[in-house]
Amino acid sequence: MNSVTETFDNNSASELAGMHNAFPKISNNELLAIRLVRFKQWLRQEKSTAFLTSSMSVAVMFLAWILVTETGLANPLFLPGPVAVFNAFISAATEGYQGSTLLEHVATSLYRILSGFGLACLLGIPLGISMGMSKRVHAIFNPFIEFYRPLPPLGLYTLLVMWLGIGEESKLALLFLAGLPGIIIATIQAVRDINPTYVRAARSLGATRMQLIREVYLPGAGPTILTGMRISLGFVYTVLVAAEIVAATAGIGWMIWDAAKFLLSDIVIMGLIVLGITGILLDLVMRLIGRALMPWTGRSHS
Amino acid sequence: MKTDEKAAQDKKVRLENRFSANRGHISVNQVLISYGENSDRNVAVEETSVEIKPQEFVCLLGPSGCGKSTLLNAIAGFVQPTQGRVSIDDILVDGPGPDRGMVFQQYSLLPWKTIFENIALGPRLSNDIEASKTAENFLDMVGLAKYRNHYPAELSGGMQQRVGIARALATYPSVLLMDEPFGALDAQTRLVMQESLLNVWSKFGTTVVFVTHDVDEAVFLADRVLIMSASPGRVVADLRNPLPRPRSQNMSTRDDFNELKQQCLGIIREESMRTFELQNE
Repeated sequence: MNSVTETFDNNSASELAGMHNAFPKISNNELLAIRLVRFKQWLRQEKSTAFLTSSMSVAVMFLAWILVTETGLANPLFLPGPVAVFNAFISAATEGYQGSTLLEHVATSLYRILSGFGLACLLGIPLGISMGMSKRVHAIFNPFIEFYRPLPPLGLYTLLVMWLGIGEESKLALLFLAGLPGIIIATIQAVRDINPTYVRAARSLGATRMQLIREVYLPGAGPTILTGMRISLGFVYTVLVAAEIVAATAGIGWMIWDAAKFLLSDIVIMGLIVLGITGILLDLVMRLIGRALMPWTGRSHS
Repeated sequence: MKTDEKAAQDKKVRLENRFSANRGHISVNQVLISYGENSDRNVAVEETSVEIKPQEFVCLLGPSGCGKSTLLNAIAGFVQPTQGRVSIDDILVDGPGPDRGMVFQQYSLLPWKTIFENIALGPRLSNDIEASKTAENFLDMVGLAKYRNHYPAELSGGMQQRVGIARALATYPSVLLMDEPFGALDAQTRLVMQESLLNVWSKFGTTVVFVTHDVDEAVFLADRVLIMSASPGRVVADLRNPLPRPRSQNMSTRDDFNELKQQCLGIIREESMRTFELQNE
């Protein structure tokens, strides 16, 4: 940000822009020196320090893994080395596991996760907004949400299988129910935390109730809703393996479960790593979408 | 059914009145505002009647907690009077509306909209077919055209309040209500903002009700200073300001400026002593 002036004429900003030409040209050696200094500064920054520390701790973990497997300290039947796990990854990716390639397993699971989670967002966000805006709507739905929220999803799953069968429907329903309460509760809180002055300002400009939702409540609650969605997506992930145990023939969770039955620990560990990485990627995608939809977040000069 | 139709008709008339010349007559008629019931009853504003003429600049001056913001919110339509009525150009106020522009203390710009979108919001909501053009004009008026695509958080407090004023005026209200709009600004910025406000006001000639606890600010800005006192909140003095217009900050050394200022300070001191004694009884 430019330095800002308090007066009604804004001459100083344009003066600043003009000053750019007043600087002398920089030689290549000087440029190199500047870059070196910048790199050192970057190293000293907290963010990069944290990144380096994290990289090192991951590297140490890998070394320890190699150490215990190569020295024969660990039984390869239960803990195969990184090479074996990598080979399992290559073979699953090219030849496939139990009739489906790794990509197909991942795609099947992602489809289930995103449909269940997407439905949860589609219902949870509007419901959360109306519950946050109206005490009456809150009173109507709150008992059910408070009751089913702490229930273990697997307990619900038995009932869902009885009702919906062992096919795709019960799996999606389970993932949907796992994601729903987190989104609703985050949205209610988000709506309640909106600065009431924003609502007053919009009302004094003539906003109707629907316009208030579109112009104030939805964008105002957006960042907190996104956080709620990210936490909920994590929760959906945790029930994925459970959902795929019952009568599935594909999916990452199913692959892990199936491999475990044959003591194929390299496949199991590989599956867990793939699951973990897809989770991180999904979270990253959500953050990027959030930043694209809500460009005002994280843009402050104070 | 009949009253609904009447209310809708009234609202329509009020919105049309915004564009007529002699607009913005505020009538506060025996208004009493209280919260709670029986023993918990807390009177924020004691029965008060005030007439504010079109195009008048009135400052509500008083210590915090004297009910000046509550009275302003009653005119804005955010607070319903417990008794009495507030009307503008003989039409009853029954809720907030774009005929009364509101400027808040601070942080009232919508953080998710750019400066331009914030100013365009009012015209857009009231179906101004030239909403963009209107917003553009008001952006120019407050000298912030260069910042049109910035978000409020990227601007200083003074600039944000300039946007706040432009946003409130962009619906062409007949009344401009300001709730300590410069209270959070530093002293230098505040002086500049006061002059700019008068400058803008002279172009629009809307009725202004300006709430402040700063005596200098009230005397510098107002045609009329209404002094309010606490427990219970009520208007205790109605002073006409002899200072000529156009005004500039160097007028603060004039005799008539100081005279009015001393008069205001005297009344406020007297009233504070009285409430202080009341509290110690």
